[in-house]
Amino acid sequence: MRAVLTIAHLTLAEARRRRILAAALLLGGAFVLLFGVGFHFIARDIRTHGSPAQQRFMMSFVVMAALYASNFLIVMTSVLVTVDTLAGEIGSGVIETLCTKPVPRWAVALGKWLGCWTILALYATLLCGGVLLVARLVGGYTPPNAALGLPLLLLEGTVLLTLALLGGTRLSTLANGVTVFGLYGLAFVGGWMEQIGTLASNTTARYIGIGASLLVPSESLWQLASHHMQPPIVRDMGIGPFSPVSVPSPAMVGWAVGYVLVTLAVALRLFRTRDL
Amino acid sequence: MAEPALEAQALRKDFGSKTAVRDLTLSVPRGEVFGFLGPNGAGKTTSIKMLLGLVHPTSGGGKLLGEAIGRTRARARVGYLPEHFAFHEWLQGRELLRFHGRLLGLGGSSLEAGIEGLLRRVKLLEAGDQCLREYSKGMKQRIGLAQALLGEPDLVFLDEPTSGLDPLGRLLVRDVIRDLKARGTTVFLNSHLLSEVEVTCDRVAFVKSGRVVREMTLGAAERDLEVELRLDRVSPAVLEALARFGRDVREEDGRIRLRVDGEERLPEMSRWLAAQGIGLYHLAARRRSLEDVFLEVVG
Repeated sequence: MRAVLTIAHLTLAEARRRRILAAALLLGGAFVLLFGVGFHFIARDIRTHGSPAQQRFMMSFVVMAALYASNFLIVMTSVLVTVDTLAGEIGSGVIETLCTKPVPRWAVALGKWLGCWTILALYATLLCGGVLLVARLVGGYTPPNAALGLPLLLLEGTVLLTLALLGGTRLSTLANGVTVFGLYGLAFVGGWMEQIGTLASNTTARYIGIGASLLVPSESLWQLASHHMQPPIVRDMGIGPFSPVSVPSPAMVGWAVGYVLVTLAVALRLFRTRDL
Repeated sequence: MAEPALEAQALRKDFGSKTAVRDLTLSVPRGEVFGFLGPNGAGKTTSIKMLLGLVHPTSGGGKLLGEAIGRTRARARVGYLPEHFAFHEWLQGRELLRFHGRLLGLGGSSLEAGIEGLLRRVKLLEAGDQCLREYSKGMKQRIGLAQALLGEPDLVFLDEPTSGLDPLGRLLVRDVIRDLKARGTTVFLNSHLLSEVEVTCDRVAFVKSGRVVREMTLGAAERDLEVELRLDRVSPAVLEALARFGRDVREEDGRIRLRVDGEERLPEMSRWLAAQGIGLYHLAARRRSLEDVFLEVVG
């Protein structure tokens, strides 16, 4: 365990020293600030129009839009932070002196996963926490079930982060990035096919979408999070782009957790069995 | 008898249809400085990587300090300087050693004291707080050497340790290897600089096409002498008769050259020539250099 923490610490130190952490946190802060300024003016207008229900709908829409953007940034960051952590060090040979220490290889890979996940958790907390804090302080609005929705967004990032670690055990950095983003694209399109299929009562399209979500459960986690974080009336009526028509089953959370564990186990095994 | 520091039995590595190491069988006793020599592509680095568990052998096995290769415990008392030492360039020299020390399970004041000692040993004490990306090639090689010596290992693999070093740096590596030997540390040295190997190693193995083709002790007693003679007359009968003292007897440019396996052959030869009434005008003997042997074995 000590070796895992040492490698995780090194991964964090690398992110800090190479200004990855600073760039993420600075621009994440800028994102929250920009949202705060925009939300201030929008909320001022919203409060002067319509009924309280309409105002609540508008607030929810704007906050969900910010969370959607946060979700996208979390996805990108989870992949970009992890894509090079193993692949790059294998390619450069840096990994050789690490793996000749009396440390099992799984500990090296797990330490890297833990370090990247910590960065992701910090980033996701900054973005989503910032958006929620601004919404609360500026607009007096808090989305429902935020305590459920935010961990789902973190789980979505964790799925992609773990896939990027898995890819890094066998692929070069670029090939790994292309592969993981490609898989995310499949899940994204699959998610929309599921929604459109449900809306058009097209079972085939819906099942294809569900199949894509099982293959990479990232988009379905976002849909589940967005479903829970909207006011009941909005989500029940299926109003707006953030209300999924076909709500993913809660079992998808269990699937995603299992998916992360299995992917991580496969990644550790592939790293252990490869030649360096 | 103490268990060898390193043992390899019929280690083989295939990469697809290509065989990098065909049959590596070796035994290196504890405390020996062992040279691992061969031309480029002979499978030296792959052999080292198999011994260190970086590359999984296709077949065969081995032990490091009594532990099966590939096991984590086998690397507990082993240091390694790779041929192309790469590291996290954003770290400072001291930080690099601290990080590697922690992976070795070291910590606290003993690790800090060890780091200072090693930085002093590789003449990087002043540059310890400098970022590694600012190091010159030689400095990088020296910090890599310090990394390999962390925790006072019992067995050290040095893959081309003098690569990129100036003569002073090479001298430093030579001194470090001597210190290691004095401390009883086993050194497994892979180097193309045969002159370095000649002055530092106790024994060498020559590898060709992924197989050890010859092992040789570098002590004076076991090395051939190249002898040159100038006689007042040379005939096929004389050449044939000289073969009893050595081998590869040949006449070149009016001189006779042959290889003998020990100095005691020289007076025997001169006495025989005198007894035959053959005038001896010149007799010179020189020990064959490692380069001569290398060219003969793998050339």
